[in-house]
Amino acid sequence: MALLEVENLKVEFPTRKGVLTAVDNVSFNVEQGEILGVVGESGAGKSMTGAAVIGLLEPPGRIGGGQIRLDGKRIDNLSPDEMRKIRGRHIGAIFQDPLTSLNPLFTVGEQLVETIRTHLPMSAADAKKRAIGWLAEVGIPAPDRRFDQYPHQFSGGMRQRVVIALALCAEPRLIIADEPTTALDVSVQAQIIALLKRVCRERNAAAILVTHDMGVIAETADRVAVMYAGRLAEIGPVAHVLQKPSHPYTAGLMGSIPRVGPRPKRLIQIEGSMPRLTDIPSGCAFNPRCPKVFAECHRIRPELRPVADGAAACLLYEGVTQ
Amino acid sequence: MNAAPIKLKSREAPLLQVKGLKKHFAMSKPFLNRLLEGGEQQTVKAVDGLDLDIPRGQTLSLVGESGCGKSTVARLIMGLSSPSGGSILFDGADISRAPAGQPADIRRRMQMIFQDPYASLNPRWRVADIIAEPLRTYGMCASRQEQRREVDRLLEFVGLNAKDGDKFPHEFSGGQRQRISIARAISTKPEFLVCDEPTSALDVSVQAQILNLMREMQRELGLTYLFISHDLAVVNFMSDWIGVMYLGRLVEVSPAAELFANPQHPYTRLLLDTIPDLEMSKRDRQPAAGEVPNPINPPPGCHFRPRCALANERCRREAPVLRVYDGGVSASCHAVEEGRANEPITVQASAAQSLRAAV
Ligand SMILES: Nc1ncnc2c1ncn2[C@@H]1O[C@H](COP(=O)(O)OP(=O)(O)OP(=O)(O)O)[C@@H](O)[C@H]1O
Ligand SMILES: Nc1ncnc2c1ncn2[C@@H]1O[C@H](COP(=O)(O)OP(=O)(O)OP(=O)(O)O)[C@@H](O)[C@H]1O
Ligand code: SF4
Ligand code: SF4
Ligand SMILES: [Mg+2]
Ligand SMILES: [Mg+2]
Repeated sequence: MALLEVENLKVEFPTRKGVLTAVDNVSFNVEQGEILGVVGESGAGKSMTGAAVIGLLEPPGRIGGGQIRLDGKRIDNLSPDEMRKIRGRHIGAIFQDPLTSLNPLFTVGEQLVETIRTHLPMSAADAKKRAIGWLAEVGIPAPDRRFDQYPHQFSGGMRQRVVIALALCAEPRLIIADEPTTALDVSVQAQIIALLKRVCRERNAAAILVTHDMGVIAETADRVAVMYAGRLAEIGPVAHVLQKPSHPYTAGLMGSIPRVGPRPKRLIQIEGSMPRLTDIPSGCAFNPRCPKVFAECHRIRPELRPVADGAAACLLYEGVTQ
Repeated sequence: MNAAPIKLKSREAPLLQVKGLKKHFAMSKPFLNRLLEGGEQQTVKAVDGLDLDIPRGQTLSLVGESGCGKSTVARLIMGLSSPSGGSILFDGADISRAPAGQPADIRRRMQMIFQDPYASLNPRWRVADIIAEPLRTYGMCASRQEQRREVDRLLEFVGLNAKDGDKFPHEFSGGQRQRISIARAISTKPEFLVCDEPTSALDVSVQAQILNLMREMQRELGLTYLFISHDLAVVNFMSDWIGVMYLGRLVEVSPAAELFANPQHPYTRLLLDTIPDLEMSKRDRQPAAGEVPNPINPPPGCHFRPRCALANERCRREAPVLRVYDGGVSASCHAVEEGRANEPITVQASAAQSLRAAV
C-alpha cells in the first residue's frame, strides 16, 4: 500500500458566480520515502492539492469530492482536532513564506521544543538538545545561541531553515513542501534542497515538493506530476517526464526553460496563457495553446492514461483518430 | 536577422561606462548598542568601486548572491540613488550627479524594467495612461491622438492588443503585466534598458515569452541592456557579457560563453556549481559552501576569503583588483593572477555539514 493515496480529489470554491473547481479529479500516490515533485504554471492548483492533503484549505475552499488516505486510512473527512494531531506528527509542512509557519512571539527554540514535545515523549532537556541539534542540522551557525532568538532576528533564508527544522523535528513520514526555496537566495536554495533531500533519505520520509523550478525537480524528485488548469496533465518518473515528455504541455514547458551551454536564438514558447478557472475551454483545457491540437480536442476531455512508465491526459494517447 | 552578438568595433566608445562607482549606506545602530559596543558607525558598502563598460547593442548581465549590490548599481545608473563616489558616463556624458529624469535629453534614452510587474504599475491608471506617462513626461507626442496611436503601436509591439489600453492592470496576468512594463519602458525609444530581474516573478513558460521578446527588441531596435538576474541559465540566454558581483565588487567580467566554459574566479566557479542540472536527474549538487556573506564590515583583503579554498596570507592583507586576461576575461583574484587557480577547487565543508554530527 502506498503511504499516501489521493483519489479523484476535487477542490472547490463557492463564489457568487457559481462553484469554481480549482482541483479537478486528481489522483496520485506517494510511496514510502518517495519524493513526488509537482510542477505547473501559477494557478494550476498545486498549492490547493497540497493544502487539501494536509487539511489546511482556507475557507471557502473545500474538498468537493474524492478521498485522501494515509496508510490506507481516510484523512480527508477528519475533524480539525484529529487533523491537527496528524499534522506535525505524520505530515509536516513547509511553505514559501517562512513567517506563516513561525510565531513571532516565541523564540525559535521554544517553538521547536513545543513541537517536539507535543509529538514525541521526551524530557524538556532532551527536547532542547534535540532542537539545538535540528538547528545545526539545517545549517544555522551557533545554534545554541540562536535557540533563544526570535524569528525577526533571523534573515529570510535562516527563517526558512528554522521552518524546515520545525516541519521535520517530530519526524513525520510525509512532508508537504510548497515552494520551500522560492523566497531564498540561489546559493542557499541549493543548500536547502540538498538538506531536504538528505533528511528525507536518511529518515525514509516521503515528500510532495511543489515548485516552479524544474532544476530542483530534476535533482530531487523520484517522480513528477505536471498540473494544468486544475488537472494532472502528466505524471511519471522524473527522467521520463523531463527528457521524453508525453504531454504536449510538458514538452512546451521543458522547451521553454533556458539552459546553460550553446544558446538558441529563441526559447521554445507556449503561446498565450493558462485559462482562468471561469473560462476553461471544453474538451482538453490545453487546446487553445496546443501545437498538436486536432478536432476532437475541442470536444473530448482526455483522462489520465498509462503512457510509457507514467501516465498522460492527452487524446493522442487515447487512440482517438486525428 | 543576425543572432550573433554585434561585436564591439574597435575604438567605438561603450554606451555606458561606469568608473569606480561607490554607494555606502550608513547603518545607525540603536543608541543603547552604540553605548555598549562603542560609537563606531557601521557602513554597508553596497557598491564598492565598480568599473563596467557596456558596448552599444550588447547585453551585460550582473549576477551574484542576494545583497551583493546588483539592484543598487541599477538604481545608481538610473539616477534613483546618488553615488558616494565614482562616475557614470552615458554616451560620454557624466550623469552620476544628476537626479532621476535629469538631464531629460539623456534620461529619455535610458529606461528601467522592474522585477515585480504587480508593484510597478499604478493600479488606478488605465494601461494606456501608464504607457503614455513617459511620453508625456518627455513631451514626445504633439497631440492626444498621436499619443494614443503610439500607445496602440507599443501594445501590439509587445504582443498585446490595442484594445487592452482601456483596461486596468489587475485585468492582466503576470506575464501580460510585464509586457505592459516593457511597452512603457520602450515608449520613449530608449537606447538603453536596465532590467532588474524582469522575469523572476514569472512562470518558466511566461518567462520564455518575455525573454524572447527582449531578444527580438534588441535585434530590431538595437537596444543595449544591463540585465540583472540570479538565474544563470537565463543570463546565459540573454548576455554577451557577464559580470559577477560579490559584496559590492566585481570579481569577474567575461564574455558569456567564456565565463561558462572557463570560469576563473573561485566565486564564479562556486556560483556555476549551484546551477541545477536538468539532464542529470537526482545528482547530488554540491551546495555552495558557507553562508551568504554579511555586507556590514566585510573582511579586509579579499571579501571572498572566508569562503575561498585558495585563500592564502596575501588574500588576507591585500584586496585583489580586476585584471584583464586573454579573451576579454577580467578577474580580481590573487590566485588567478599567480596562475594557481586552475587546480580543481574542492569546496569547503559547509556549516551544515560540519555541524551535522551534533544531531
Ligand atoms: N479563495 C479563492 N477563491 C477562488 N479561487 C481561488 C481561491 N484561492 C485560490 N483560488 C484559485 O484556485 C486555483 C489554484 O490555485 P493554487 O494556489 O493551487 O495554484 P498554484 O498552482 O499553487 O499556483 P502558484 O504557482 O501561483 O502558487 C487558482 O486558479 C486560484 O485562482
Ligand atoms: N536604502 C538602503 N539603506 C541601507 N542599506 C541598503 C539600502 N539599499 C540597499 N542596501 C543594502 O545594500 C546591499 C545591496 O543591496 P541590493 O539591493 O543592491 O542587492 P541585490 O544584489 O540587488 O540583491 P537581491 O538579489 O536580493 O535583489 C544589501 O546589503 C542591502 O541591504
Ligand atoms: S488532447 Fe489535444 S489539445 Fe490536449 S494536449 Fe492532447 S493533442 Fe493537445
Ligand atoms: S584573492 Fe585569494 S581569497 Fe580572494 S578569491 Fe582569490 S584566492 Fe580566494
Ligand atoms: Mg502555489
Ligand atoms: Mg536586487
